[in-house]
Amino acid sequence: MSIEAHGIRKKFGAFTALDGVDLHVPQGKLVAVLGPSGSGKTTLLRIIAGLEFPDPGSGRILFHGDDVTDIPAGRRRVGFVFQHYALFRHMSVLENVAFGLRVRRRRDRPAPPAILERAHRLLELVQLDGLAGRFPSQLSGGQRQRVALARALAVEPKVLLLDEPFGALDARVRKELRRWLRRFHDDIQLTTIFVTHDQEEALEIADEVVIMNQGRVEQVGTPQQVYDNPSTPFVYQFLGNVNVLRAPALATALRPGGVAAATQEGLIYVRPHDIELAPHDAGGPGLSAIVRHLHAAGPHARLLLEQVQTREQVEVEVSRSELSGLNLKVNDLVRMRVRQVRSFAEDFAI
Amino acid sequence: MQPRATRDPAWARWLLTAVALMFLLFFLVLPLAVVFSQALEKGVGHYLATIREPNALEAIKLTLLTVAIVVPANVAFGVAAAWAIAKFKFPGKSVLTTLIDLPFAVSPVIAGLIYVLVFGAHGWFGPWLIAHDLKVIFAVPGIVLATAFVTCPFVARELIPLMQAQGTDEESSAVTLGANGWQTFLRVTLPNIKWGLFYGVILCNARAMGEFGAVSVVSGHIRGVTNTMPLHVEILYNEYNIAGAFAVASLLALLALATLVLKSVVEWRQAGVP
Repeated sequence: MSIEAHGIRKKFGAFTALDGVDLHVPQGKLVAVLGPSGSGKTTLLRIIAGLEFPDPGSGRILFHGDDVTDIPAGRRRVGFVFQHYALFRHMSVLENVAFGLRVRRRRDRPAPPAILERAHRLLELVQLDGLAGRFPSQLSGGQRQRVALARALAVEPKVLLLDEPFGALDARVRKELRRWLRRFHDDIQLTTIFVTHDQEEALEIADEVVIMNQGRVEQVGTPQQVYDNPSTPFVYQFLGNVNVLRAPALATALRPGGVAAATQEGLIYVRPHDIELAPHDAGGPGLSAIVRHLHAAGPHARLLLEQVQTREQVEVEVSRSELSGLNLKVNDLVRMRVRQVRSFAEDFAI
Repeated sequence: MQPRATRDPAWARWLLTAVALMFLLFFLVLPLAVVFSQALEKGVGHYLATIREPNALEAIKLTLLTVAIVVPANVAFGVAAAWAIAKFKFPGKSVLTTLIDLPFAVSPVIAGLIYVLVFGAHGWFGPWLIAHDLKVIFAVPGIVLATAFVTCPFVARELIPLMQAQGTDEESSAVTLGANGWQTFLRVTLPNIKWGLFYGVILCNARAMGEFGAVSVVSGHIRGVTNTMPLHVEILYNEYNIAGAFAVASLLALLALATLVLKSVVEWRQAGVP
């Protein structure tokens, strides 16, 4: 089922959480809503779920084309997974999963044995059937997350909403679980929105990424689109490391045939891996810089350079082999060239 | 084992423990022992006779009746107030929170006087009540009202911090799973607060049985009619019926001890619950 939001506004007192947000999530897609904390992404998710309501008269929420703006959460058929799981602490895992079925009206409610059977099947689906009798406090973070997912699926939701689903987990579990979620989504094909502040997570598993900032949508696109063609400086900075430089200094550093997008007065954004290094006496286009710091652990070497003319600091990432070819040490002079830059008018500045 | 640096020397530990124990002995254990020894001074027969005396029985009945009305009423009020304060934002929330504490700040005697001024013969509603032949002051309704006023913070005070700490996530997820308000309360909120609620009920109950000041002002001390147990103890004592006074007092003390045992059981259960 597709999800649409049109012109959603939401204020909490004087704070504007959402300032006219439009969103379209096509049927069956896995969409990430990505943004820093305070960007309004969780509020948007809660409004879609019906846990919050948009400011009166400001916008509509449509599920599969039907207006659900005034329908309460319980009747929207939404599966919601909370950041801190919100499992019922006094119920066993099995009873947690069965809850949504047990609270149904009598005529819609399956018989008790059927409820338990359904709950067991959902626990199998999330590979936790062995833990049915445990209590939430006896589970690890990743297990709790999957129980919360099974519980949300028990009511046969038409959409799945996940609020920072991996936010409270340690790095290794988080990586495993997000791949598992991607496979899981491919199996069940349920329209899913998940909220995250982790760009790596969003870019890795989402079909589409919605980037939010200060209550507005900055950009929507596939992970590759938003990464390769950021439409605003915010998006550029938010998705990965970036050097922000004044333009004139770099105008001469462009490699012949490089992207000549730099304007005379705009700011220039360069990703660290889009800068290449050459011996200082190599000649040709490029800027002189001094190596200030060298960090060679890991697959790539990271260098901090200081431009000789402007004293601007530039972060550069090169392969280990490229670095060993140059034979650089701290305080050496080097020539840097830029493969790809992107400029924005200055009044776009963040 | 505590790190050495934060451990007090042995003599200090022994001294502090001894001081605490002596204090307990003189101010708590000894008086309690005196109550029971004085009550039984004239023998078990006299003890039982004092308690079976009609006025004493009436006082016990009245106390139990008051408790039976006040405690459920305060549970309803306390849960509703705590639920509203902990789970919702609304204008006037801080005023309500402060008001709940008012009975703790006001002397019970004043609490009693308030009701005399409002419902007494010369009070606001006095003439109207007399015209309709209703009695509040110097009657059971006044005693119930005064007791309810004095004990009203106990349940709410116990629940508010607990419910605030638990947050609203579990309720929200119950709602997204299709539960209505009543189901959410019964199946999610109530089980999460049951031990705190029980604890509040025990404290409320203890205070309702023992309340003296506020009840004394509104009761009128009519023997066999508006005397609660604490008031009956006072009357017997003033009549130099020391053994009788202590006999009734020992009943209150027993109820208090039972309450304390229950309270420890609840605390122990609470600690064991995840």
